[in-house]
Amino acid sequence: MNQTPIPTNAPHHTGDDRPDEVAVAATGLVKVFGDNRAVDNIDLDVRRGEIYGVLGPNGAGKTTTLKMLATLLHLDGGEASIFGVDVRRDPHMIRQLIGVTGQYASVDENLTARENLWLFGRLMDLSSQESKRRAMELLEQFGLQEAANRPISAFSGGMRRRLDLAASLITRPPLIFLDEPTTGLDPRTRGQMWRTIRDLVTDGCTVLLTTQYLDEADQLADRIAVIDRGRMVAEGTPDQLKNSVGQSSLHLQVSERDRIGRAATLIEQVLGSVPVLDPEAGSITAPLDNTVRTADVLIALRDADICVASVAMHKPTLDEVFLALTGHATDEGSPKADETDYEELEVAR
Amino acid sequence: MTTLTADDTRVPVHPADPAAGLQPRLALRTTLSHTCTMAWRALKKMRRNPEQFMDVTLQPLLFTAMFAYVFGGAISGDVSDYLPALIPGMLAMGSLTACMATGVQLREDMDKGVFDRFRSLPIARIAPLAGPMVADLVRYALAGSLTFIMGAIMGYRPAGGFGGSIAAIGLVMVCGWSMAWIFTWIGTWARSASSVQGVSMMFLFPLTFLSNAFVPADTLPDWLHAFANVNPVSHVVTATRSLANQGAVTAEVGWSLLACAVVVAIFAPLSVRSYKRSM
Repeated sequence: MNQTPIPTNAPHHTGDDRPDEVAVAATGLVKVFGDNRAVDNIDLDVRRGEIYGVLGPNGAGKTTTLKMLATLLHLDGGEASIFGVDVRRDPHMIRQLIGVTGQYASVDENLTARENLWLFGRLMDLSSQESKRRAMELLEQFGLQEAANRPISAFSGGMRRRLDLAASLITRPPLIFLDEPTTGLDPRTRGQMWRTIRDLVTDGCTVLLTTQYLDEADQLADRIAVIDRGRMVAEGTPDQLKNSVGQSSLHLQVSERDRIGRAATLIEQVLGSVPVLDPEAGSITAPLDNTVRTADVLIALRDADICVASVAMHKPTLDEVFLALTGHATDEGSPKADETDYEELEVAR
Repeated sequence: MTTLTADDTRVPVHPADPAAGLQPRLALRTTLSHTCTMAWRALKKMRRNPEQFMDVTLQPLLFTAMFAYVFGGAISGDVSDYLPALIPGMLAMGSLTACMATGVQLREDMDKGVFDRFRSLPIARIAPLAGPMVADLVRYALAGSLTFIMGAIMGYRPAGGFGGSIAAIGLVMVCGWSMAWIFTWIGTWARSASSVQGVSMMFLFPLTFLSNAFVPADTLPDWLHAFANVNPVSHVVTATRSLANQGAVTAEVGWSLLACAVVVAIFAPLSVRSYKRSM
């Protein structure tokens, strides 16, 4: 198979399940809100030093799962342990092992950036001096020095997220939970956030993150769990996941419909796979395992004097991943999602 | 699984077993330190939102003057004769209103993201509740002093002297702080800040007005007199009057402090339990 290489910075896991390699072990997690099973029998196994992505649409149960592991919600069923410590039995010890960065910035609006970090340092039992020093270090590391004495209310979304993450790192916890770390950020800030998250792992942290974006999971995660309506529908490396969904595809439309057969033959020769034709519209769709080959297709068509009216490339979207994995679209924006389902999802939020 | 080898050292920052050396419990000293840190946060917050002081600055000043001039003639024949009875009553009412705000503000605070972080930190569960309450002592002190100052401006000269006045303020501070646990408890389970306000008002009005705070209790109809006699606010007001006007530490002072201790012993654990459950 000729796969598009995807960047991973992951140390390769040999797959051994030695107990000291496990960061998070959860089996049969259940959380019920009213009649709604927000999390329904989810198993997770996160290894030390990896970035584990939990992917799913809004209301799928990602945040609920994370909150249960972070001792913010009680477990209605199942077992979970972090570095061998039982979540249910020793929540106080779990809290010493984790840093949690929420979906909405969980820093104090009434304080400045520096005061926020000092406060959390003190609460983590650093001395006043140590807290000050650590706050300075983190502000520098996250590029927030200039904003150190500004109130949080004057911060941009990206700055808040960075401060929020900084606050989770004060005592360098070995496991970091990130709940949708880039939702609502502009592309540039998003890229910065991704770099920061990768750096965490280089420093020896384990990261468990949730996201609604396939490309984010793809960029960051060593392994991904896809969650839908409280259940896990797939788990694997980004490669495995994308293979199960299919690859990018090339859509093109030829100007002269009667030459569509000739065009299809050329495309098959170049790409090595059989395209799908729609002679009525004069359009051709072909699976594309390497996007660079698009140019080869266009050159071949020009050499054969076939005029192309339009060209487009499609990457698999989260919707397609869902369609492929669950047989239904993500409930968001799907006209077919019936109303009762939608209401249940609302409750889960 | 005993054949662990040297490759355990490949994670440099974190030890091989991150779970080693964790504290299973919180020491009392740590709990106190967390509470102080939370109090620092609450004080910062107060300083940056000075409008939060309205109820402990304007209210004592305005209400003291209003009550004195409106009821003074009718109840005692003269404003200055009414002041020795009124000021301790206002003192009690001031600290009750001030401690109601504790619950309202806690509810507002708990709806903010930062409380999610407090919950995820290995800190004493009581610290986020007790911290703001420690800081609120500033508010009670302010309300108490302003009431006395307003009284002094209108001609009140407490016979208990300076010491008696300070003791009176001290007593209502303790009572206000203890009562605040009730409102904190309401804050942990109420749906919104405004519902805390509503529920608290329902307690507050009958308690302050159906007491001896503003009128001599024996002018009340029998059934109401009976209620006013058992109303804890009446006991606090009587104790405060004896401190301010006679400089005497009566049995009422002891009863008031005992009642405070009982309230804290019941509502502090209830609040922490309800706060834990709200996750």
